[in-house]
Amino acid sequence: MSQTFSREEVERIAALAALELTAEEVEMFTRQLAGILEYAQQVQTIDTTGVPPTAHVLGNRPVDRPDELRPSLERDEVLAAAPDPSPAAGLFRVPRVIG
Amino acid sequence: MGAPDLATVFGIRDAVRSREITARDVCERALETIAAGDGGLNAFNLVMGEGALERAAALDRSREPLPLKGVPIAVKDNICTRGHATTASSRILSGYEPPYDATVIARLQDAGAIIIGKTNCDEFAMGSSTENSANGPSKNPWNPDYTPGGSSGGSAVAVAAGFAPAALGSDTGGSIRQPASFCGLVGVKPSYGRVSRYGLLAFASSLDQIGPFTRTVREAAAVLAAVAGPDPADSTAAREDVPDFEAALGGDVKGLRVGVPRRLLESGVDDEVLTSLHAALDTLQALGATLIDIELPYASAAIPVYYLVATAEASSNLARYDGVRYGFRTERPRSLNEMYTRTRDQGFGPEVKRRIMLGTYVLSAGYYDAYYLKAQQVRTLIASDYTRAFEQVDLVAMPTSPTPPFRLGERVADPLQMYLADVFTVSANLSGLPAISVPCGFTRDGLPIGLQLTSRMFDEITMLRAGDAYERATEWTSRRPPAYVAAQ
Repeated sequence: MSQTFSREEVERIAALAALELTAEEVEMFTRQLAGILEYAQQVQTIDTTGVPPTAHVLGNRPVDRPDELRPSLERDEVLAAAPDPSPAAGLFRVPRVIG
Repeated sequence: MGAPDLATVFGIRDAVRSREITARDVCERALETIAAGDGGLNAFNLVMGEGALERAAALDRSREPLPLKGVPIAVKDNICTRGHATTASSRILSGYEPPYDATVIARLQDAGAIIIGKTNCDEFAMGSSTENSANGPSKNPWNPDYTPGGSSGGSAVAVAAGFAPAALGSDTGGSIRQPASFCGLVGVKPSYGRVSRYGLLAFASSLDQIGPFTRTVREAAAVLAAVAGPDPADSTAAREDVPDFEAALGGDVKGLRVGVPRRLLESGVDDEVLTSLHAALDTLQALGATLIDIELPYASAAIPVYYLVATAEASSNLARYDGVRYGFRTERPRSLNEMYTRTRDQGFGPEVKRRIMLGTYVLSAGYYDAYYLKAQQVRTLIASDYTRAFEQVDLVAMPTSPTPPFRLGERVADPLQMYLADVFTVSANLSGLPAISVPCGFTRDGLPIGLQLTSRMFDEITMLRAGDAYERATEWTSRRPPAYVAAQ
C-alpha cells in the first residue's frame, strides 16, 4: 500500500507534537513523510507472528540501588539556566494561564 | 630521550607524568592548534580556553600518575559540561549552561584528562553529515569539500586534524563509527550499558551510547576504560565489570572466527569500499583468523526499523524542550501554548522537526501497532540474527559505511538518501552489541574507508584485539590529512 499524507494530517501531527509549522514546512513534510513512511512500510511484509517486541536490549534485569538521601542539583543553579526564572519565588515563569 | 610525542594519548600522558612537559603547556599548544586550524573546519562549538588551562595547571601540582594525565580531549556538544554551554548544535539550547557534569566528563577529569572544547554535531545527534547543525557544517580534514560524517562529525574532525588525540562522541545509529570511517580514525560504539548516559542529551534512549574517537585502537581502549562502568545515576549503565581492555591488546588473531555477511554486501556497496573490505579480510586471514560466511537475513530491515524506533523515542525525549526550563524561548508569546509551539518551531531545525513528526505519527493512535510495535518485533529478529551468527563466529566484519565520504550538500535535500548511509551501523544499536570502526584504506581520491567489526555483548575485548592486530599489520593509521595541524 502506498502512503499518502494530507496537509490536514500533517497539521494534526504537528499539533500533537506541539510544533507550529510554517506553510512551507507543512508542504515539505507532507511530501517527505509520505516518502519515508512508504519506505518504512517494508517492515510490514515481515512475518512477526509470535515474536516478542524489543523495547530495550537489557531486558528486565533489576538495577535498583538503595533509596538513600543524597544531594540533588542546587535550585538556584537550575533556575539560572531558564529563559525567565524567578529565583526569589523558586519558580520558572511562563505566560499567564488563568484569568 | 627524544622530544615527547604530543600527538598521542600515551605520548602526552607519559611526558606529563615524567614532567618532561607540563599539562598546561600541552593544553596551551592544543589551544594554539585549534586557533590556527579550526577556522576552515568548524570542529568546535566552544573552546574551553582559560578554564582548561587552569585545570591543567592544577594537574601539574599533583604527582598522581593518572591514566590520562594532561591529555586534551574534545567532547561532543550533546554531553553536559557544568558551567560550559551545551547546545547539541541546536538553537533551542542556545546559551544553556548545565548545572552538572555528565558522568563521562567527571570520569575523564578524574583520570586526568583536560576537556578542551565542545564539538559540532548534527542537531541533537540527528544526521549523518554534521550538516544539520545550527552552527553550520564541519569539514572533512582530508578534503574540505566533503562531509566528515555525523552526527559526531566535529569530534572526528578534532582528532583527525590534530586538535586533540582523543574525543568523545555519541552513537545512536552509527554516529561515532561512520565519522570515524570518514575521517580515517578508530571509533568505538560500546555495548549498550557499558558507558553511563547520565548527562548525555537523550535522542533515542534505548540506542544511545557514548564512545571514543582516537587514531589507534590502543588509545581508544584507554579512553573507553576511563569512562566505562556502572553508575548509580543511570539505571541502564550495566553492572558489568570493566575488563582491562589494554591488557588484551598486542596479541594476534590466530583462531579467531570472523563472520562475513556476503549476501548483504552484494548490492548497494561502493566498489572501492568493497575492494578495501576484501583486502582487510585477506589481511585478517593472513594473520591467522578464519573467515566464515554468515547470513543476517533481517539486516535489510534495519534502516526502516531504526528510523521508526529512533524517531518514536526522539519525539518523546525532545518534548522537554518547550521554552520553560532551558535555553531559547520565543519573543513575547501571547499564551502558554503559543510559547510552547512557537519556541519549538523557531528552536528546532528541519531534520529534528522531521523526526519529531515521524515519531509522533508512528506512536499516534491507529498507527502504533502497524509501525512502532511492528518495528520492535523486527528489532527482535535483527538481534536474533546476531545471536545465531555468534554461535559460529567471534566477530562480524563489514564496511562501516556503504560509501566513502560524500560531498557537502550532496544529500541534504533527500532525507531518505541520507538515512541509507547508516545501513551497516544501525544493527549494533538495535541489538545493543559493541562495534568498532578501524581505518582500512583510502579511495583513489585520498578519502578514508573504514572496516567495522562487531563483537558479542560486553565482549569489546575481541573487537579491540582484532582491530589492534589489523592496525599493526597495516599502515593506514600513519597517514595524516592535508589539514593536519601538528602540535609544535
